[in-house]
Formats: sequence, C-alpha cells, structure tokens
Amino acid sequence: MSEEIEKLFKEMAQSIIDGDSDISTELAQKSIEMGVPPLDAITKGFVIGVNYIGDQFGAGEAFLPELVMAGEAMKAAVAILEPELLKLGSARETMGKVILATVEGDIHEIGKTLVGTMLSASGFEVTDMGVDQPADKIIGKALEIDAQLIGLSALLTTTMVRQREIIEELDKENLRPRIQVMVGGAPITRDWATKIKADGTSEDAVGAVALAKQLVGKA
Amino acid sequence: MRPKLTLLSDEIIARILAEAYELLLKPGIKVQNEEARDLLMREGVVIDPETHVAQIPASLVQRALESVPREFYLYDYDGNPTVHYGGDSVHFDPGSSGITMLNPDTLEHDTTETEHLLRLLKVAEQIPQYDAQSTAVICHDVPKDIQDSYRLYLALLYSKKPIVTGAFTNKTVQEMIDMLALFAGSPEAAREKPRAIFDVCPAPPLIWSNFGAGNLIKLARAGIPAEIVSVPLAGAAAPVTMLGTVTQHTAECLAGITIHQLAHPGSPIVWGGAAAIFDMKKGATPMGAIETAMLDCSYAQVAKTLGMPTHTYLGATDSKLVDAQAGLESGITAMVGALSGINMISGSGMLDFLACHSAEKLVIDAEGIAMAKRMIGGVKQHTDTLATGFYDDKINFKGGDFLKQKITMKLFREEQHLPGDVIDRNSTRVWKEAGSLDAFGRAKLRVKELLASYRRPELDSDQIARLHSYMLDLAKKAGVEELPRLEDFEVA
Repeated sequence: MSEEIEKLFKEMAQSIIDGDSDISTELAQKSIEMGVPPLDAITKGFVIGVNYIGDQFGAGEAFLPELVMAGEAMKAAVAILEPELLKLGSARETMGKVILATVEGDIHEIGKTLVGTMLSASGFEVTDMGVDQPADKIIGKALEIDAQLIGLSALLTTTMVRQREIIEELDKENLRPRIQVMVGGAPITRDWATKIKADGTSEDAVGAVALAKQLVGKA
Repeated sequence: MRPKLTLLSDEIIARILAEAYELLLKPGIKVQNEEARDLLMREGVVIDPETHVAQIPASLVQRALESVPREFYLYDYDGNPTVHYGGDSVHFDPGSSGITMLNPDTLEHDTTETEHLLRLLKVAEQIPQYDAQSTAVICHDVPKDIQDSYRLYLALLYSKKPIVTGAFTNKTVQEMIDMLALFAGSPEAAREKPRAIFDVCPAPPLIWSNFGAGNLIKLARAGIPAEIVSVPLAGAAAPVTMLGTVTQHTAECLAGITIHQLAHPGSPIVWGGAAAIFDMKKGATPMGAIETAMLDCSYAQVAKTLGMPTHTYLGATDSKLVDAQAGLESGITAMVGALSGINMISGSGMLDFLACHSAEKLVIDAEGIAMAKRMIGGVKQHTDTLATGFYDDKINFKGGDFLKQKITMKLFREEQHLPGDVIDRNSTRVWKEAGSLDAFGRAKLRVKELLASYRRPELDSDQIARLHSYMLDLAKKAGVEELPRLEDFEVA
C-alpha cells in the first residue's frame, strides 16, 4: 500500500473520531478520485475510527455527542462510497438489515436513534420507523425489506408490554428465528428480555451493536 | 427577610421570552391533537396540514396569559384550602408514577402493586412536610386501562390531603375527572374546590402530543387544574445550553397555556416541568444533578415574571439506595426548589431517575424539606434590640446563662427547627445503645411506626360506596370482575 493511501486511511479514521462529516465526505470523494477501492476506504479507513470511538466510549473516555457525531460522519462517508460500490457491482456486504421502532403508545426515541446511528456506522442497514409504531406495521416492514433483526424500544412500563406482543405475534407467524428481536429502553432488564423471549437486550448503544453482530453471527 | 435564589437577570428573562415567541412561529409547535388544532385554527393560526406544525402568534399567547388565573388553591377532604398555587408559596409532594419500590429489607426494587401505593399514602399522610399526596406509584396488579384511575381512587380513599395526579390517556382523564365529580357530589363542586391537579406533559422538542393536548382540553373544560410538566432534556431533546433549554421550556409552556385557555378561558393551569440535563456518558436524565435544579430555578423565574403559578420536579435522587448520594442530591435540590419559591415541588421519596419510590426516603426527605422551609423562613428580628437586651444584671459571664432566660423558652421553637428522630444528634453512647443505626435504619423504624399509627380518614359512607361502584364499573369494562382487596374497607 502506498504511503499516500495509508495516510488517507489515517485521515479517514481521524475524521470519524473528530465527528467531522464535511471532512469525511471530502476524504471519501478523494479516495474515489485516487482510485482506492471503496470497500477498502470503508473497512481500512473509516471503520477504524468508528471502532476507536466505540472502544473509547466503552472505556468512559468518549461521550455520547462524540459517539453520535462519529456515527453521522460515518454515514456521510458511506453515502458517498455506496454508489461507487454499486457501480463496481461489489455492493458492500452489510452486516444485516435491522428495523428499529419505538412501540405503540410510546413517543420516546433518543435511545433508539442512538442505537440506529451506531448500528449503521457499524455496517448494518438500518430502517428506523420512528415512534408509536403498532405491531403489524413493524412486522410488515420487516418482511417487506427482509430484515434479520427488529429492535424494539420502550421507555414506559405501560408500553414495554408491547414488546412482548410483537414477539408473540412473530412466534405465532413462525417468523423466528428468521427475524430476531432485540429489546431496549430504560425499564428493560435482562429478566424482562428473558421473560418475553426476546433474543437479547443491551444497556447502551455500543452494547446494542455487539449484540446485533452476535445475533447475525458476525461478532 | 426571606431569602430567594435567582439565576437570571431581568434582561435575560426578556430575551428568553422574546426568543420563545420566535420559536412559537419558527419552527412552530407540532400539535398532534385534532381538537387542539381546530381551536387554534379558529383563531386564525396557520397550521401545516401535513406536519401539523402550528405557528402561534404572540398576540394569541398574550390573550391566553390574560385569562389564566394567577393563583388558585387545592382543597383537602374537609374543604380547607391547603395548597396555594401562586406567588412564592412553597409546597412539597411525593414524586409520581414510580414503577418500583425499594424493599427496605432485601434492597430490591420490587414491582409496585396496590400494597406499595397504600404504604406510601399512609406514610405521606402523616408527615406534615407533604402538603399534598401524589399518585406515587403504578399498581401493576390491576389492568393497564385502569392503572391511572385506580391510583386516584386509592388516594381518595386513604388520604384527606390534596392529590397531584395524572392520566395516561385521553379516555381515562375523563374517567378521572368524572371520579372527582362523583366524589365531590357534582362537577361544580369538584371545580369549585378542586381536590386534585393533573400533570400533563408536552413532548420535547416543541410537541404537544395527541394525548397531552387532549388532556389539557378536557381538564380546561372541566375546570380541574392542570400542571404542565415540560421535560426538555438539555443536550438531547433540547439545546445543550441552559438558556436554550429554558427558552424551549418557555415556548412549550406558552403553547400549552394557549391551547388550554382556548378550550376554556380562566381555567387553572400551572407552569411546571421536570427539566433535566442529558448525561453524556450514560444517556440518562439525572434528576439529582445540580444543573437540573438550576434549569428549574431558571424556568420558575420566567414563570414568575408572567405571574404564573409554578411546579417542578426536585428532591429526588438517581441513586438506587437511600444512601449518601440520595441524601445530598435530594437535600440540595429541595433547597434550591424552596429558595426559588416554586409552588409545588414533586419528587420526594424517589430514587433511580424517578422510577423507584421509597417510604423510608420519604421520611428522610421530610427532614430536608423542613430544613429548606426553615431556610426560606429567613432570619427574623424577634426583639427590639438585637442583642443588648439579653444581657441583664444576672449575666455572670457563664455559658448556659441564656438557657435560664424566659425569652429563650419563648422563642427557641421559632428560631430552631426541631428535627425528628431520623436525624441523629445523640451522643455516641446513646447512638450505640439505640443500635448504631444509620439514617436509613432509623427511617425504617419510623416507617414502621407510621404504618402502625395510620388511621384511615373517616369519609362519608355514601361517598365511599359511590367511589367503589364507579371503580368497579371501570374495572369490569377493563375485563376484570374484581379489584384487589383493601383490608381497611372490608365492608365494601
């Protein structure tokens, strides 16, 4: 690998660490002009930055705004590189397709949005349906895009029961384990996740990425 | 002189209001309730038919501010005005809507049921620092559809104090209003001497949800007091700066008051909230953070400029146990709330980001409240001369001389707050003899005493019967034939 490209990869990682979408976009563009394979730009450049920030967050050295901005910078860079990948016919192998939604009757979404940002920064294809989503819509969407994972968020104890309803519905339709379910939100405990037969839960967005990777067998 | 805490200059308050009015126009307020949109459109407010974003002009808001009451009272069972919303009156009530309760023996956070709410009601009923009860925890042993009305039902049965409550849906708010009317004898009686106030939350940023706005309208029309609980989270669901967050809070309150007053001018409503910062490490909303208290003090100052009654959420902690963190966060923030002259300060008893309640913490928090109330009582001049009059010819330059003065006996109770046994001022010997307990250990004993000494209020038997049958009716509609048994009401 030429020194020049090595330097570019380092700058790419740094742009993610700095959470600078302008620079990550610019570097993505530059890599195309330089003829760097887009997949290399992602995996050897930008992803290194995402992983670094994720580790730093886990270690208590980085904070949520840095995590979110890194995710946004990653998204911006991938948006530039994705069409190139398609052109080459070598579409980036995604980690998997994920549906995210806050359950019906609940309008809280800070945590879910964070999880979405981190998942897409880590290579998942994320469809965030937003808040107050009924079971049939969520399941319908998952089938429509052939998602492997559904992430269900609930902040209220009065709405967390909806998570169970969706899982029961999926089981009734024999859609598991084709579709696996992650649950999250302030009142969600491991006990709850086990009780409602969810496939997993995590305390935070970084943990959710690890869980998602594990569930799709790419940990 | 009564001490007061203010964090904002008049000039900054004027700018907060000016920018809040700008926010009401741009980006505007998302109004997700059709009836609320109709009320606004009838006044010529422009609302995007797709996004439901309303641009609310200052003139309409100012009209609402003219019709809104500057003060009102909540009444106890006997019809006495016991909670004054207005001016710099300060009251405390236990926090609301907990979902777990600290088990004092196992230290587990138990899922709450009827027995837990009764425990909290019985303890708070006997602590004078709580001027009102709250529907403190959700009872998970009744169906979801009646969990809000059932809490109010229990508070009405087990307490004589005013009640801070709230509904979970637009349907149940009406059921709860009807319950209050039934209990008071008529809708007019319930309106004339309101026993309860309902918390109603907008959704940050700048959204009045279908449920929130719907509740505002129903409460306004019934003349039952509403309390806006705007919950901007600085750095996540609101600007990271305190001034930015207070400005968003102002806009959300102004929009709420406008909708409320359009539904029924003159109905009582409170400028309140549970503002908090957003913890950038844990993604949590710390209620015990000093910045949370600073946000509340600031928005209360804005409200007072407009002459509005005020409410906030302070006196709670994010700790999971009744420990040193619980004590310092609850005590400091209760003090900030009292010094800010906030009319109703909710949150006492609560742990774990308002998720968990504790009767023992209620007992300890009452001491913090007593300190805060003593503080705002201020330093008073009781005697003509400040000191010289205390030194007569019997003074012989010994410590203890002043204990012999009649005036000491006469005034010490006014000068000093006398704490309960939960505060330890014993000698080490006496403390050891009493079991070397910490504050939590002493609070556990106090709770046991209070539960033993509790006597349920004597209520009119017809009222009780009406209440029981109304609640049972709601329960049947929700699909259950009976309600959890209440030992104190075997006859029913």
